Amino acid sequence: MQFDSFAAAVTMGGHGGFVWAAYAITSVVILVMIVRPVLSTRSMQDTIQREFERKQAHEKDAS
Amino acid sequence: MWRIIHQFGSPPWVYRFCDRVIPWLLPLTAVALIVGSAWGLLFAPTDYKQGDSYRIIYIHVPAAVVSLAGYYIMAFAGLVSLVWRIKLADLAMRAAAPIGAAFTAVALITGAIWGKPTWGAWWVWDARVTSMLILFFLYVGVIALFEAYDNKTIAARACAILSLVGTVNIPIIYKSVDWWYSLHQPASIKFTGSSAIDASMLYPLLGMIVAFYALFALLMMLNLKQSLTSEYAQSNWLIKRITT
Repeated sequence: MQFDSFAAAVTMGGHGGFVWAAYAITSVVILVMIVRPVLSTRSMQDTIQREFERKQAHEKDAS
Repeated sequence: MWRIIHQFGSPPWVYRFCDRVIPWLLPLTAVALIVGSAWGLLFAPTDYKQGDSYRIIYIHVPAAVVSLAGYYIMAFAGLVSLVWRIKLADLAMRAAAPIGAAFTAVALITGAIWGKPTWGAWWVWDARVTSMLILFFLYVGVIALFEAYDNKTIAARACAILSLVGTVNIPIIYKSVDWWYSLHQPASIKFTGSSAIDASMLYPLLGMIVAFYALFALLMMLNLKQSLTSEYAQSNWLIKRITT
């Protein structure tokens, strides 16, 4: 560990604001990039699933 | 060999491949990113000249490296889509564009944050910085160009041509720090000869570069799966796969 205390790790000799901001922004970008396609894929899969069940129920009614 | 190429052109095979790889690539990437960041932030030694601000290197350089690699992948997929008219190549090209744009934006933003305490300015019209900004506009251009056409076949072709023409920017980015007098420091890592960076700083950096490559692969698969789901929503293989 390079820092003696939690406070020293936060301030980083005056550069802490820059360093932590850079890491925070990057983390947010990465999280958004992962979550967006996952949610979108899931909602499309749900639609396909519902459509399939609706069709099957329809076929059962017809027969 | 031909069988492998054939498989990569088959949407059901790629969909299944993504489904199989994502569940272990996601936690692996997360662990690698967290361990790499902690190493760079807390355990790597402080730079004797820049102090602790240099710790931004552990995201700035990997993001920049992957944003360039992403462009190769996008342009190569564009070439394949243009020449062989393979639907998947077109989807891969479009999957790579937003990821590349995001990584380029991260490299530019972290560079600006690093520039303030180091160069005294958030932004300089430096050769390296400017050519990276052009890279960002190329990525955004490919995304916007695709949206601009109603005919998606023509849109994909136009995007492929734009991304291929844009590859001239890549060697300019690499060489910008050597060709022009630049504020940006030249490459510290060299494949031949000794690197200008100590091992205690180099290893976490290499680790983060590997982690960012894994992240790129993961995001590629997530985006591909998304576009395959939307593109083949009416296809029997996909309906069967989802509903069973």
